[in-house]
Amino acid sequence: MSDAKKFMYINRKAPYGTIYAWESLEVVLIGAAFEQDVSLAFVDDGVYQLMKNQDTTEVGIKNFSPTYSALGDYDINKIYVEKESLEARGLTLDDLQHLVWEDEDDDWAEKDSIRVVTSAELAEIFEQQDVVLSF
Amino acid sequence: MASIEVNGKNLDVDEEGYLENLNDWVPEVATVMAKLDDTELTDAHWEVINFLREYYDEYQIAPAVRVLTKAIGKKLGKEKGNSKYLYELFPYGPGKQACKYAGLPKPTGCV
Repeated sequence: MSDAKKFMYINRKAPYGTIYAWESLEVVLIGAAFEQDVSLAFVDDGVYQLMKNQDTTEVGIKNFSPTYSALGDYDINKIYVEKESLEARGLTLDDLQHLVWEDEDDDWAEKDSIRVVTSAELAEIFEQQDVVLSF
Repeated sequence: MASIEVNGKNLDVDEEGYLENLNDWVPEVATVMAKLDDTELTDAHWEVINFLREYYDEYQIAPAVRVLTKAIGKKLGKEKGNSKYLYELFPYGPGKQACKYAGLPKPTGCV
């Protein structure tokens, strides 16, 4: 698919104080129908979007964190989390949801979608994109 | 606001007939909605409706039709995981029509 463009969605904000995280997720899911090459990046407070065990009952907003687990079904399996952002918040990969995708070409083997990368590595990944959208 | 009558109760629906309140759903909702479309629900319909409700429960979204087709094929067998089978059951579009009967919102990305 040589005419597919590389789309990167950057998520920078914590999930429920503003509408950015949910809007981003909806755009990603809608965009997935167009079969582009999609990547997601989570930096700064955006890393909180992927936290395990989210509970929104006290804030009265729908907990949309289970929806990230559906990304694999939408063939979105390049999810980059910035190492420095995790460390600055005292978080590790274990604090995040375990997101996987199934590789059709490898007998539906389950593979990890999340990759923790340094700021410098992320900059290089941004460099390769055709379209970068920031939320 | 439009509404449909189910078990003697009036339930709010939007201008396209989708339930306004997810929690209003009971199986009879699907039966009543199908009747409005002149459709008789069979076990094959229910299989898809129940699948969608489980999917929503787990992921909090109604899946895009491509994702639904793939997931149905995996769960219920290859012969059911194709658009021909699903469109025969739900001629108005498996995403739109089946999600409506299941009491879910219109699928994300469905135009």
